Amino acid sequence: MLENKEYKVIGTRPIRHDGVDKVTGRALYGADFQAAGLLHGRVLRSPHAHARIISIDTSRAEALPGVKGVVTAKDLPDPGDKIADLGEGAVNLKHLCDNILASDKVLYKGHAVAAVAATNPHIAEEACTLIDVEYEVLPPVLEVRQAMEPDAPLLHEHLRTTSLGETADEPSNVASHIQHKLGDPEKGFAEADVIIEREFVTGTVHQGYIEPHNATAHYNQDGQLTIWCSTQGAFTVREQVAEILQYPISKIKVVPMEIGGGFGGKISVYIKPVAALLAKKTGKPVKVLMNRADVFEGTGPTPASFIRVKMGATKEGKITAAEAYLAFEAGAYPGSPVGPGAMCIFAPYSIENVIIDGYDVVVNKPKTAPYRAPGAPNAAFGSETVVDEIAEKLGIDPLEIRLLNGAKEGDRRADGPVHPRIGCIETVEAAKAHPHYTAPNGKKHHGRGVASGYWFNIGLESSVTINVNSDGTINLIEGSTDIGGTRASIAMQAAEVLGISAESVNPSVVDTESVGYTAVTGGSRTTYATGYAAYEAAQDVKRQMIARAAKLWEVEEANVQFADGEFSSINGKEEQISFRDLCARLGETGGPIVGSGTVNPGGAGGAYATHVVDVAVDEETGKVDILRYTAVQDAGKAIHPSYVEGQIQGGAVQGIGWALNEEYIYNAEGEMTNASFLDYRMPTCLDLPMIDAVIVEVPNPGHPYGVRGVGEVPIVPPMAAIANAIYDAIGVRMTELPMSPDRLLKAMGKI
Amino acid sequence: MARRSHVQTTINGETVEFLCEPRQSLLEVLRDELHLTGAKEGCNNGNCGACSVILDGRLVNACLVLGVETEGKSVETIEGLAEPDKLHPIQDAFLENAALQCGICTPGFIMSAKALLDENPNPTEHEVRYWLAGNLCRCTGYDKIVRAVLDAASAE
Amino acid sequence: MRDFSYIAATTIPEAVALLDEKGESARILAGGTDLIVQVREARRDVDWMIDIKSIPEVNVLDYNADSGLTLGAAVECYKIYADDAICDAYPSLIDATTIIGGTAIQGRAGVGGNLCNASPAADGIPPLIVLNATCVIAGPNGEREVPAEDFCTAPGQTVLEKGEMLVSMKIPAPASNSSSYYLRFIPRNEMDIAVVGAGASVTLDAAKQTIVSARIALAAVAPTPLFAEAASARLAGREVSDEAIDAAAEAAQAIARPISDMRGTAEQRTHLVGVLTRRALNGAIQRVRDAT
Repeated sequence: MLENKEYKVIGTRPIRHDGVDKVTGRALYGADFQAAGLLHGRVLRSPHAHARIISIDTSRAEALPGVKGVVTAKDLPDPGDKIADLGEGAVNLKHLCDNILASDKVLYKGHAVAAVAATNPHIAEEACTLIDVEYEVLPPVLEVRQAMEPDAPLLHEHLRTTSLGETADEPSNVASHIQHKLGDPEKGFAEADVIIEREFVTGTVHQGYIEPHNATAHYNQDGQLTIWCSTQGAFTVREQVAEILQYPISKIKVVPMEIGGGFGGKISVYIKPVAALLAKKTGKPVKVLMNRADVFEGTGPTPASFIRVKMGATKEGKITAAEAYLAFEAGAYPGSPVGPGAMCIFAPYSIENVIIDGYDVVVNKPKTAPYRAPGAPNAAFGSETVVDEIAEKLGIDPLEIRLLNGAKEGDRRADGPVHPRIGCIETVEAAKAHPHYTAPNGKKHHGRGVASGYWFNIGLESSVTINVNSDGTINLIEGSTDIGGTRASIAMQAAEVLGISAESVNPSVVDTESVGYTAVTGGSRTTYATGYAAYEAAQDVKRQMIARAAKLWEVEEANVQFADGEFSSINGKEEQISFRDLCARLGETGGPIVGSGTVNPGGAGGAYATHVVDVAVDEETGKVDILRYTAVQDAGKAIHPSYVEGQIQGGAVQGIGWALNEEYIYNAEGEMTNASFLDYRMPTCLDLPMIDAVIVEVPNPGHPYGVRGVGEVPIVPPMAAIANAIYDAIGVRMTELPMSPDRLLKAMGKI
Repeated sequence: MARRSHVQTTINGETVEFLCEPRQSLLEVLRDELHLTGAKEGCNNGNCGACSVILDGRLVNACLVLGVETEGKSVETIEGLAEPDKLHPIQDAFLENAALQCGICTPGFIMSAKALLDENPNPTEHEVRYWLAGNLCRCTGYDKIVRAVLDAASAE
Repeated sequence: MRDFSYIAATTIPEAVALLDEKGESARILAGGTDLIVQVREARRDVDWMIDIKSIPEVNVLDYNADSGLTLGAAVECYKIYADDAICDAYPSLIDATTIIGGTAIQGRAGVGGNLCNASPAADGIPPLIVLNATCVIAGPNGEREVPAEDFCTAPGQTVLEKGEMLVSMKIPAPASNSSSYYLRFIPRNEMDIAVVGAGASVTLDAAKQTIVSARIALAAVAPTPLFAEAASARLAGREVSDEAIDAAAEAAQAIARPISDMRGTAEQRTHLVGVLTRRALNGAIQRVRDAT
């Protein structure tokens, strides 16, 4: 195991490299991109949740002065039956294309059907109202259990359920069924003294990034396509656009602009291929921007779900068996995060007998997209509430039961993998010892709740190049878009290797032609994997610098050592030169030095979190106020603790929003009735206390500095922690999200 | 189409003239006509605060002001806050407190915080939270933003 | 966004003449925080925006302890709550103006615009009703006055006829031993539209034990903000007690005819009318008693 040793740069809190640009308004985000001759695109969206497209007539729009081009699904190449491999699993290409511009059916309100490019955005918008689309309106299916009924209206006539490797004969809205099994659940439940089984419902929620999607595209006369956009991954945009347009990746350059939040929602492409089609049609650069309603209605939220959890324990508190049924709404096309939900649901516990069934089900809502630990928060709302109820039944402290059953190194997750060194128990211990947990909690209608959560994190490919400057600084070239301070956390890892300050590293996020392949900023992987690549690139620089020192001193490379920013010769000659001074002598010793590092590390190392929350419930109105919040998390090693705290605080607050008020509200026709920041109620700063982020460091053996991803797991525990706190306050178990005032009033029998 | 109107206004202390259609908001004028893209569009209906600017000394949402309404008025945007060689204390406080992650809401928060501190140089935590409630941030959970504003207040 | 023309009027007659000439296709622009969004989102068709902010009469903010308050139609919220004398005299108006939107909205939006927008959920209207405000309207045939509770006629609709505009609101000086209170229920702590709003004004006797008179108004439970006349009348002459307040709250619930929408259900709203009416009345009474 790695020592949690002292570092010079790692663990400090330097000012982030992109900070000045971002506090002065100079940083350029996707919508800020300008070009001469720029046209403005606008997408026409379906007013219906489920309808067949009979015809589209664009002639009136095309005739409007200022309109330069109109496109529909007919402008996309025929996807055929191709299965696209986008590096994150196979995707049906027709589904991917149909989600960009609907061809035969619209499957949710907000589904794109056509797009216009015009000389200004207002004209483009007006032109959209002049496109005549004839629909045959079909009954919508809006809820997962309804969609699973045998007589439910079908979204896709060709969709057949794949269940444990077998494909059914009859069409269904159930795309797939997965199952994980460990031990003998029947035997486990027979050994239990107490068994709790509960059903849970969670609503559809959106990532809620403040920056709407945007894309500007331009085709050169030689067929070179350039796309400037906000994205979590320039390379995945290149791959998706290449598949959808059936165009070679070598002809596509994606330039990642600064990105205004993503949380998983800016991985899938929506308007980027549309901007490309419009650019091709008009021969001009075309900028397409979504408005906020487009974002809610036309991009992927995270799914609503129905969950049943059953757990049994002995009277001593040992959990003997666990069972889960997870049915997730995929939205219009298959691909909900029920898989990750099933991987995470019981992962904070060491349980010998487990069975988990997961169902991926299509409904007439936008195709879901990842959102921070996708699937895990839904699942944990169920399991962590049931664990709380078991603890209560047995008279055991809820953190104590988590210590008693906590997952540890060598335990097997129900879906197969064996845990390496993990920090599950350490987070529970830290929560238990925290002054928040030991503070009195006795006031009427005040309650305290706890919950734990797990996210597995991912590795994937990253590339970093380092150019050494003659003044002792380095330029670090990377492909991970920086959503939350990763320029700093990546640069700091290179700085640590080279014994230079964080400020001596100049990190740049560059386009797809200027750095090696790098997977998305997602999966909590960036500080881990791109940081790892930066570490490797810096090691490469160090090796080359050692060779230069050896050349300078005419000694063997093996006789040069590097420590504390100084190269020195050992065995004989008393030579010494600082990193900075040697940088000034690269020309004379062989020329510039470029270091590179590429990784695809397998040891991401799972992350655990345990949260403690105090709430006050207004019994007359059903409103819940968050009084105090403490979030404990294992970061492995916090490279830049401020930004680790920021991830923890931000994730916890998104969870608070999900717990209390956020949801897509639909009418019977399948129209979202709250597609604005006014009525999709995300927390404001007036809804919150300070969020106490407590970092625990159990180094990850899969990273040279012990880093674990930190971005996602903080959103996993809040919903259950708050539900448990509400129970503590008023004695009512909430099993539906969000736990909004009207639902609390109902649960309390007030209405 | 309504004719474009000539508007003369003061932006960050400089006299500026521009042409705009009546339907163009101040936000569109700043971003598309004057290329001052520091104010951002997050919702375009006054619910996120990403386009916060100061109009004649008052905090407003630039998306809810028409460009033509600014004739003869004075507009302060994020671009005018720092001095050539020195950041404004609120900008410093945001950097030192790591009070931004993606940064898209940051210009709005900083302008909103400036309007607050101009009016109330010593706000309580609650006063800061009340004043900033019209500015949405989805990354930080607001903790470090509130601390930054309190820090800037005590530094000024 | 739909194309429209913009005119900055500088006198009432000019604005009235424009409104009369353009009819339905014209709309007064004051703070714009509702109007601009409605036009942008194609919820209201406007060809002419008539900006009245350069007209002196609509910018009047004049309080006199004898004659009361004249509140110009375009006066922004922030100016109202920046005035200490107005804060003391009309606390319910301050309760409302400090919760309409966020700080940036309050820099532009005013109570006059809130009234003319005629949202059933408007926070600014119940205080006007409980404070006995009169709306001063200018039109082609001169001026007329309408009580605040009669101003709105349906969602988005008012008593304003073709060519008419709101100039100001007049609020009588507060009686001694009186105060007022407005609150709303929203799921968050700011930035939401009221699920239910309730305002109350009370005048107590010199001993501050008996209610001389009271007015209760409700928001978001009917097509327009409501004056709860019967509920208010029930309190006159009664000693301050939980029973009296409960009875008034029940009477207020009886006139609520809420709908279910994305902001709340009908059952929730009816329930909240009772809760908020009690809280508004108790809040107003407490303010009278706290005053020295």
